[in-house]
Amino acid sequence: MNASRISTRLITPLSVICGILIWYALSKIPSVGAIITDPIRITKTLFAEAKAGSLWTNISASMLRVLGGFALGLVVAIPVAFVMGWYKNIRAVIEPWIQFFRTIPPIALIPLVIVSQGIGESAKIAVIFIATFLVMVISIFQGVRNVDPTLIKAARVLGATDRHIFFEVVVPASFPYILVGVRLGLASAWTTLVAAEMTGANKGLGNMIMEASLYFRMDLVIMGIFVIGVIGLAMDKGVLYLERRLTGWQELRKS
Amino acid sequence: MAGTAQIVTPGIAALEQPKIKIENLRKTYEVRSGEVIALNDANLDIMPNEFISVVGPSGCGKTTLLNIIAGLEQATSGRVEVDGKLVTGPGKDRGVVFQQYALFPWKTVIKNIEFGLKLRGYSKAERREKAEQYLEYVNLKDFAHAYPKELSGGMKQRVAIARAYAVQPEVLLMDEPFGALDAQTRAQLQEDLLKTWQTEKKTCFFITHDVEEAVILAQRVVIMSARPGRIKEIIDVDIPYPRDQTTKMDPKFIEIKNEIWAKVYKEYLEVQK
Ligand SMILES: Nc1ncnc2c1ncn2[C@@H]1O[C@H](COP(=O)(O)OP(=O)(O)O)[C@@H](O)[C@H]1O
Ligand SMILES: [Mg+2]
Repeated sequence: MNASRISTRLITPLSVICGILIWYALSKIPSVGAIITDPIRITKTLFAEAKAGSLWTNISASMLRVLGGFALGLVVAIPVAFVMGWYKNIRAVIEPWIQFFRTIPPIALIPLVIVSQGIGESAKIAVIFIATFLVMVISIFQGVRNVDPTLIKAARVLGATDRHIFFEVVVPASFPYILVGVRLGLASAWTTLVAAEMTGANKGLGNMIMEASLYFRMDLVIMGIFVIGVIGLAMDKGVLYLERRLTGWQELRKS
Repeated sequence: MAGTAQIVTPGIAALEQPKIKIENLRKTYEVRSGEVIALNDANLDIMPNEFISVVGPSGCGKTTLLNIIAGLEQATSGRVEVDGKLVTGPGKDRGVVFQQYALFPWKTVIKNIEFGLKLRGYSKAERREKAEQYLEYVNLKDFAHAYPKELSGGMKQRVAIARAYAVQPEVLLMDEPFGALDAQTRAQLQEDLLKTWQTEKKTCFFITHDVEEAVILAQRVVIMSARPGRIKEIIDVDIPYPRDQTTKMDPKFIEIKNEIWAKVYKEYLEVQK
């Protein structure tokens, strides 16, 4: 049993190593190699860009937009979701709109935002705000709706008023859903951002890839894609870590 | 108090006012297919410090009755009085232990017990002291800072009991509290409950689907009838306290248990029809 567990642990690094080897092999095929640059070149490009400073400028521009839009989305989503969960009439007013807009990929809104706000920072943040808000409000709202009614009863018989029930039961019970919302929101913010930057920006990872492709700098394109992936993964792992730390009290652990 | 004629159990002073008075209680639920009668004209007087058990086939309205007494649900008609005052909502005088434990999973054991005390405005130090006292009482001192998910079913239910006791309600309403526990844990908790009831003198309303449990605990066993949610019969358990596991061997105990069991089984067959 122990041996099989160790070998299971080895599978992931092995898979990564194999992937890199296959990547390397593919890049040696001339027709493929023109587009997929080999990993060694990419690493060199990464270091060169980092040293020149342009990589950091692009990363920080992208991160600021993501975090700005995301933070705004979260700050609005939490109260809206709680109000929707708590007051039936307000839910009836808001829910159809949220359900409708959430079916629209946020990228489809980009032209509209560009027309109204140009291609400046506020346009990017607005798109990310909309994308993250919609994802998070749904998830947090689910949390508020799923509060175990027995817990509310238990609080009531112990003397809780509506206010107590809201702050002492509904909010903590929904907390895991808030974190799920944060995770989905960040992922959505990140993917939307890159799309938004590709449509026009003067900085940022999406813009970096776009410009590099115009000059056919495939090493830079692939390096950019790689960096986007790594940052996205790191953010996801960060939230997962928070989730484990803060909601360890949960009976059922989501995998 | 005088004027109203009451049917009272022998042995309980006839002049005493009932702790809980249930009058013509009726509860219906609107469902898609029409109306479900959960309770139909229930009448019951529970005397101060009395231990009442309620048995009956599932779906006969036991939980509904408890919820109405607790003030968690509104009756369709009829009334419930506690100490002569109409019940309109939950109150400090009544504590509830639910079948599903209903512990707050994000609070540690001690914080769960402190919750009711906090709502009653006790200071931090006071509520910690009181909570520790009740934690010790249910033998869970070592688990003060554990989360509910780290506890077994029996331990969770002991925490739930401590949480209900800590606010010192005069009436304890319990809805199949030991239903999900193994036989040994259940026997232990039954004995503990009886001890508390005798020392702290509380009025207990205890729902169970286990006839033996109903008889070992209660002074009177209420049998509810299948449908439509009526109180069918009330049977006195004339066996002195303290009772313990050996009481279950007592011929009188066995006789009462069998009598009630036969009646409940008949109701059960009614439901099957
Ligand atoms: N919220 C509800 N809505 C509709 N029907 C209900 C509701 N609660 C209980 N009932 C019905 O009322 C009857 C009595 O239920 P309950 O009091 O839970 O029975 P017991 O606790 O004896 O099993 C059942 O037929 C049940 O289906
Ligand atoms: Mg029930």
